[in-house]
Amino acid sequence: MLKQPIPESAPIVKKRISDPLPVQIVLIGLTLLFFIGFIFLPLGLVFAQAFSKGWEYYLESIREPYALEAVKLTLTTVAIVVPLNAFFGVTAAWAITKFNFKGKATLKTLLDLPFAVSPVIAGLIFVLLVGSRTPFGSWLGEQGIKIIFSTPGIVIATLFVTFPFVARELIPLMEAQGRDEEEAALTLGARGWQIFGKITLPNIRWGLLYGMILCSARSIGEFGAVSVVSGHIRGQTNTIPLHVEILYSEYNFAASFAVASILVFLALLTVGVKVTLEKQFQKNSFHH
Amino acid sequence: MGIELQNITKKFTGYTALDNISLNVASGELVALLGPSGCGKTTLLRIIAGLELPDSGKIILEQKDTTNLPPRKKNVGFVFQHYALFRRLTVFENVAFGLKVLPMRERPSRSAIQERVEHLLKLVQMDWAIKRYPSQLSGGQRQRVALARALAVNPKVLLLDEPFSALDAKVRQELRRWLRKLHDEIHVTSIFVTHDQEEALELADRIVVINKGRIEQQGTPQEVYDHPVNAFVYNFLGNVNVFHGRIKNGKVTLGTHHVDAPDELKHTEERASQAFVRPHEIGISRIRSAETDLAGTIQEVRIMGGQIGLNLACEGFEHPIDAEIPRELYLNLQLAKGEKVFVSLNRVRIFTGDYEI
Repeated sequence: MLKQPIPESAPIVKKRISDPLPVQIVLIGLTLLFFIGFIFLPLGLVFAQAFSKGWEYYLESIREPYALEAVKLTLTTVAIVVPLNAFFGVTAAWAITKFNFKGKATLKTLLDLPFAVSPVIAGLIFVLLVGSRTPFGSWLGEQGIKIIFSTPGIVIATLFVTFPFVARELIPLMEAQGRDEEEAALTLGARGWQIFGKITLPNIRWGLLYGMILCSARSIGEFGAVSVVSGHIRGQTNTIPLHVEILYSEYNFAASFAVASILVFLALLTVGVKVTLEKQFQKNSFHH
Repeated sequence: MGIELQNITKKFTGYTALDNISLNVASGELVALLGPSGCGKTTLLRIIAGLELPDSGKIILEQKDTTNLPPRKKNVGFVFQHYALFRRLTVFENVAFGLKVLPMRERPSRSAIQERVEHLLKLVQMDWAIKRYPSQLSGGQRQRVALARALAVNPKVLLLDEPFSALDAKVRQELRRWLRKLHDEIHVTSIFVTHDQEEALELADRIVVINKGRIEQQGTPQEVYDHPVNAFVYNFLGNVNVFHGRIKNGKVTLGTHHVDAPDELKHTEERASQAFVRPHEIGISRIRSAETDLAGTIQEVRIMGGQIGLNLACEGFEHPIDAEIPRELYLNLQLAKGEKVFVSLNRVRIFTGDYEI
């Protein structure tokens, strides 16, 4: 038998563990196809339709008073809903993560209720609660307060639908961070508001902002719940999505898509802010 | 008196964390609360700090009843097991925190705060890290900053909750010697909680051994180590061999071996008892030097650094006996696995009672 010479040092074969090429191609291809079919194509169509009657018509459609009112109402709603839900979300997350009390688990589950309930049902709940035919609603009406078919109703419905975003973003974060820092601040003589302002809030600020962005995105686009409580009064209780729907059902496709393109811009804006914040978040997570 | 605890009781659902604890700590003393995890020692510390409220009992700090005061009015420095530094604040801001949250009229001036923080950081040898963030420091460094932060408010009492348990062995030892030195310099009344008997023995002026929410024994490290009042304390303060035997006519029977019972147990009626021997108090020799020596065989040899651990099968004993001997003796006697030796049980401790390990 011949003795094979053994090489002094065997060459190190570096083999990367990865899927075979065909699998990679198929997976990447499928993802691309999905993006094209469900995101780029519809987006393109929105703009194609919006500009189908030319620039002038596009500008006219989005500058028309009803459209402007719709934009104004949507932005007003967002401006009211997001801060309120940020406040409620922080409160709920704080209560759930920093204290022990009976029914905590139930409360945590209930937080998800707005996600589980269909938005249309959510809208109907408020109609049944404060509509003009209910005792409470008619009493409010006598005081001159109108909720259903007016801005307060839209705000309340949106509040309900978008409630979980901030709390759900914060609860895991605050659970991971624990109570140690707050307790340390407490023993160092800080008062409640000082602890919140100097310790808790800085620790959760990125999570909070992220939750607020998700909350704004949903507030801008909410259709179902708002549709039920709004009454579709043009120039008064129409938000952007409702206005788009009205124009569409009137066969005014070009105008409908033109207004829809505003929604697209707002969505792109939120995504942009989100991406920027995520980068910041990663940079800052160094200090976690 | 620095700290006076009177009849502190605390119950959580299902169990009693602290059962009528009374304890005095003199001003300037460094006391260790030693006990297994879940014995209530951390709860006691948190109650002193005001982070938990006792169900009953009184906490008196420097002659002042602080039982119902909120933590911020207690003037207590607290050092947490996992440091609990403010992650978004620099080392400077961390240490300055307690001064900056003071009400306007009590708050020192900016320059006074700066000076005090620098002084404290120098004291804990962390002045070089004043601009760093906690995440840029090692565990030992973080704990020193945490200590400076706790000292910044001039606490009457310093409480340390397992301050070294999250550190690795080498740093732990270094830091506890350093803490002892620091305490000798600043003399602030301190209580620290630990489950590490070595730490308690080395660091404390006085040790309070706690088990199941009750104080088992308190005394200087020497007293507690040399004169443990019961089997739990003896067992908790170091490694042990346990023999189950019976006391009869002033003698304790362990296997085929007899030991004199301690004086206080000389005249008791026959009853079950437990005998304890520390591994390092077991004598090993090649020749039988006394009638009571046991014949044994080395089953296992463990190298433990300066000490050598032997696992011995002894005639008349059901379970093997652990012994620790100096490395030098081990080499001189030319011991090895399988060798026959004579074993003498020095300083056997006898306890009766139903204590279970």
